Amino acid sequence: MRNQLICLALVLCTLHTACGLYFHISETERKCFIEEVPDETTVIVNYKVELYDPRSNGFMPSSPGIGMHVEVRDSDDKVILSRVYSSQGRMSFTSHTPGEHVICMYSNSTAWFNGAQLRVHLDIQVGEHAIDYANVAQKEKLTELQLRIRQLLDQVEQITKEQNYQRYREERFRHTSESTNSRVLWWSLVQTLVLVLMGFWQMRHLKSFFEAKKLV
Amino acid sequence: MNMLHHQSNNNKNRSMINAIVLLGLLTTLLQCSNAVEFTFDLADNAEDCFYEEIKRNTSAYFEFQVSAGGQLDVDVVLKDPNNQIIYSLDRATFDSHQFTAETTGVYTACFSNKFSAFSHKIVYVDFQVGEEQALPGVDEHATVLTQMETSSQAIHKGLNDILDAQTHHRLREAQGFKRAELINQRVMVWASLETASVVLIGLVQILILRNFFTDRKPSQTRYERL
Repeated sequence: MRNQLICLALVLCTLHTACGLYFHISETERKCFIEEVPDETTVIVNYKVELYDPRSNGFMPSSPGIGMHVEVRDSDDKVILSRVYSSQGRMSFTSHTPGEHVICMYSNSTAWFNGAQLRVHLDIQVGEHAIDYANVAQKEKLTELQLRIRQLLDQVEQITKEQNYQRYREERFRHTSESTNSRVLWWSLVQTLVLVLMGFWQMRHLKSFFEAKKLV
Repeated sequence: MNMLHHQSNNNKNRSMINAIVLLGLLTTLLQCSNAVEFTFDLADNAEDCFYEEIKRNTSAYFEFQVSAGGQLDVDVVLKDPNNQIIYSLDRATFDSHQFTAETTGVYTACFSNKFSAFSHKIVYVDFQVGEEQALPGVDEHATVLTQMETSSQAIHKGLNDILDAQTHHRLREAQGFKRAELINQRVMVWASLETASVVLIGLVQILILRNFFTDRKPSQTRYERL
């Protein structure tokens, strides 16, 4: 009975590894993902790394030797998270400035080149997707409908944040457009001035030159 | 867990293992989310693939959008477990595709930038597999939904659509913004170059003219001597 259960547990474990999106990178490669989020938004990153096993021509479900370096940078290129995790990790961070947050992952492998292949299962959840409602319902003892309303509220809040971010982006865009506009305007004025001055100087210079050479 | 205490010692062990297995199953279900959105940087001349296992008869929704780089185009291919192409687009900026998995297995989504030797692309991907996970407790009972529940569900769906639309517009705005930044920079660079070349041409013109008149003098003197 116990063996059967352990078998079942193992099967479940392997099933778990097969879940979610995954991709392949080499041991020395660095892979980055960009999440563009408004401020005060929680981002949860889940990952699991499997090492390629040449003997079985497959991927080992657990590879204890592998560690992953995870680095998160915010829109000002400031490091807000930089840590080495094991082959499986879960991290969360909250954005303090709106903008592009870059999440980079690379293994702590010491191979110089031609490292083995790694399979990385990755799951990134942003904003209200990152909230675990089962937990919320249990903690706050909410009924089904209350929980649903709670979810709607979170969504509306996320939309509001997104709209504030949109306002900020619009402002940035307008700044760029206005800068281009004023540059074009000033440049045309300066260019005209330069041309007039240049022509004036050329004439004067040539005149004095010819006079000095007694050509006129 | 209360039930465990009422059981005999012999059964206790087994129930414990049962509980552990259940816990494992639960964490599996909890950690397994069926929708993932991300943006990645596709290097020039590169091809990036993403894989996801999809069960038979599950509907999946795939969406991508190129938000920066070159002509904002990328080659996209979706393949089923038998390596057959179920969806493919060349040089596309954005599109979405909904499909139902016909076999259980690993589906592949590949983005190729092989045609572009210089520009790398920023690609946003949204991959949803199956229906959205139901709220715990909600949508589980078999009874007919009350009007409150149906409306709240409808609102939830509507808000999801709003969030998707916002993402789409945010990415479009990003395209526009990057273009505007580029124009701003180009105007700056071109203005400086233009001014520099006008001044340079003016100076060179004068020098050449002066040269013409100073060069003629020795030949004139030679003429006179002859």
